[in-house]
Amino acid sequence: MLRELLVMFLMLAGAFFMFLAGIGLLRMPDLFLRMSSTAKAGTLGAGLILLGAAVHFNNFGVSTRSLAIIFFLLLTAPVAAHMIGRAAYFDGVPLWHGTVQDDLRGHYRSSTHTLEVEPLPESETPEIVAEGAPSEDEAELDR
Amino acid sequence: MMEVFWNVILVLLSTGLVGAFIRLARGPHLPDRVISLDLISILAMGFIVAYAVRFNQPAFLDVAIILAIISFLGTVAFAYYLERRI
Repeated sequence: MLRELLVMFLMLAGAFFMFLAGIGLLRMPDLFLRMSSTAKAGTLGAGLILLGAAVHFNNFGVSTRSLAIIFFLLLTAPVAAHMIGRAAYFDGVPLWHGTVQDDLRGHYRSSTHTLEVEPLPESETPEIVAEGAPSEDEAELDR
Repeated sequence: MMEVFWNVILVLLSTGLVGAFIRLARGPHLPDRVISLDLISILAMGFIVAYAVRFNQPAFLDVAIILAIISFLGTVAFAYYLERRI
């Protein structure tokens, strides 16, 4: 009985986090914020659902398998998100207009795909246009 | 009671899937579509595991393993392609 309740709680929490990941992917303003919601909430949701399966089956072979999937997800999701984010930044995907800081700006040489410690001259930094510039109403709200 | 519980889980997962699909169709840039494909495969994995628990079939977990590996390799391949394209 207690185990059933635990399985129900784990699977419900996992499904809820996956729901949040889907909504975050739909509603977040720019690519990097969307990526943070899918990479973190998605992995947490899948991990909780798999943990629920491991508790439900309560069998050494099956539970080890689902724990192995959790381990694999925790290992690969950040790597995949980092690779996509890196490729997208270098590709010139615009940041949200409310972005406060962009540490890479001016340190990336687009001709050779390398990062420099010293800031590059202005002529070599590509112009990145902010996505979704605020309309009149939003500008009112921001103030 | 259990029926309601499973319906709630499936509705939550399906709503997330609909959001990811809308982003896949709309996504202004290519990386948006890539991350929504990634999320869709993770959500499909969640569906498969939920069905494995509901129908008490541990064999479905093997499908989840394969899907996790495929989605990781696909995302890495897309990232490699995006970075070399420019």
